[in-house]
Amino acid sequence: MRFRAKIVDLACLNHFSRIINTIAKLAKTCILRLTVCKLYFILSDKVANGGASMWCELSQGNFFDEFQMEGVAAEHNEIYLEFVPENLSRALKTAQSAKAVKIKLTNKHCPCLRVAVELPSLSSSSRIVTHDIPVGVIPRRMWNDFREPSVPDFDVSIYLPVLKTMKSVVERMKNLSNFIVIEANLSGEMNLKIETDLVSVTTHFKDLGNPPWASEDGCQSSVQGRDLESMAEACIDIKKLQQLLAGQQVNPTKALCNIVRKRIVHFILLHEEVSLQYFIPAVA
Amino acid sequence: LSRIGDELYLEPTESGLSLRAVNSSRSAFASFLFAPLFFQLYEPGGAGPDTELFRCKVHMKSFLGVFRSLPSLEKSVGKCLILLKPRASRLVLQLHCKYGVTKTHNLAFQECERLQAVFDTQRCASCLCAPARVLAEAVVHFPPTLAEVTLGTGPGGKISLRNYVEDEAEPSKTMVTELWLAEDEFQSVAVAPGSHITFCLKEFRGLLSFAEASNLPLTIHFDEPGRPVIFTLDDTVLEVHLVLATLSDLESNSQSPSTNGVSHLPAPSDDFADDLESYMAAMETSEGCSEGPRSPTFPLCTPRPAKSKPQQQEEEEEEEEEEEGAVPGTPPHKKFRSLFFGSVMTPGRPGPATAQEVLAEDSDGE
Repeated sequence: MRFRAKIVDLACLNHFSRIINTIAKLAKTCILRLTVCKLYFILSDKVANGGASMWCELSQGNFFDEFQMEGVAAEHNEIYLEFVPENLSRALKTAQSAKAVKIKLTNKHCPCLRVAVELPSLSSSSRIVTHDIPVGVIPRRMWNDFREPSVPDFDVSIYLPVLKTMKSVVERMKNLSNFIVIEANLSGEMNLKIETDLVSVTTHFKDLGNPPWASEDGCQSSVQGRDLESMAEACIDIKKLQQLLAGQQVNPTKALCNIVRKRIVHFILLHEEVSLQYFIPAVA
Repeated sequence: LSRIGDELYLEPTESGLSLRAVNSSRSAFASFLFAPLFFQLYEPGGAGPDTELFRCKVHMKSFLGVFRSLPSLEKSVGKCLILLKPRASRLVLQLHCKYGVTKTHNLAFQECERLQAVFDTQRCASCLCAPARVLAEAVVHFPPTLAEVTLGTGPGGKISLRNYVEDEAEPSKTMVTELWLAEDEFQSVAVAPGSHITFCLKEFRGLLSFAEASNLPLTIHFDEPGRPVIFTLDDTVLEVHLVLATLSDLESNSQSPSTNGVSHLPAPSDDFADDLESYMAAMETSEGCSEGPRSPTFPLCTPRPAKSKPQQQEEEEEEEEEEEGAVPGTPPHKKFRSLFFGSVMTPGRPGPATAQEVLAEDSDGE
């Protein structure tokens, strides 16, 4: 099992750091899955995570100048590592002016991701900062726990409003209630609602647009048959939603959510080079 | 100074005004000596050549409160007068400002013994000098909450800084950050090979900001683990000393010095053992996982053991005085002196503590 990668371009490094910062805001510990072409950051929906789960994938070619990976075995050419993304975020934080950043899987005292940052210095040789981030190697028998979640059979799919606006609304609501209701319909309308003994607040968004989902089994027709005005709603933990919105450092190219009435809300945030899916289950 | 202690000690001496502070666990001490030339007027007072100059301590916050907003002070204050009135029990700070405004602050003070740390830069085997900026840039890679850092020397003359991981913490859960600086980043390097010391970052950061602001190079004197590390800044009118206790190595005499594996780590190269097949197969092996001797808990956390070593009594009187500003013949404050006994003493250690003897050895005076 080997892994070595190198980033030389500052813009790529910056972008990669921002992605890691977003992941760090969503998960205290998560799984890094390495394949020949892609990196995945996975949070599975265990109870410990509050039931929320995450799937983030990016193509290594868009970030790394060098990328070499050898998995556990030839027919399973992948590596699954458990790590604390906050550590990686910290390691990259002070690397913003680096000449090069190398990441390597090592096993000195215990398995670690060694991030070596080469910094410019006034002396003849560069300054090198290394960060050894401890990782847990996930054995192959457990890989099935971390499969890509399928898109749920949703009732409504809708584009999200401008994230900055949504974030500030949710942040204010967070002070009043622990739970928030997201409801939307197929006419591009979405409401964010909170309700307590003392007060209820609703923010209405319209003209958001609904993404067209071409499905293989022809569900499209059943969608068309539905009432376009009827709202599908789900009540979710407001903190999870706030974390998702607060972690977005760059505006995604596309942001949408799929609501399964009273079951789950599936958020999809697409950037040019990275896609992030976040599932927040509805509370009973 | 406020980063170190809650009380500011003012000690006027013939060679200048010394401002000092010590922390509550007695593991950090700093002194700023302002030469008479620094002031427009300097009268240390004292009725005669044999009377001790009056010294006192005040609450750090009260003193700082007078100088609260530096930018506005710089604009409005013309002169500042510091007057010690022992009989009135007041330390007077008078700011003469523009437009004829005078602000007078009367601070209550407490009399105190001389605050004196025991250290001697001449006895330190290793010495480094670097521009403050280089050290500040190095320290930025460590999280602000990091308590202790290990400074070490490596092959090729490189100097390393590494976060110290306590033995209680699980090594497989803690991130380790290490920074290597080349010898030519320093103004001078005279170090014993393979040497290393671990000290508290918080107080060091305080000195570092001061050094950066005043654009002075910082000199680091250190010796064996357990012996204090001394940071100095020098200027024509100012001498600054920061003395920090360092973590001592229990088995540093029996093993090659390899705490935290600093001297074993090669300067970063590409040939690390990254073969995890052997890891997967040998997950049970604990080989290589318990590197580094068990060090005693850093003094900050350990309550100081009671000092009752009669044979040390005479030696105490012969111990070196602080280099600068020492009032000859005044024995250093015993209570404080025992700090640097405390930092090398390890409770329950069998036999005489070798490191302790080093600190207490006879001197012929300086």
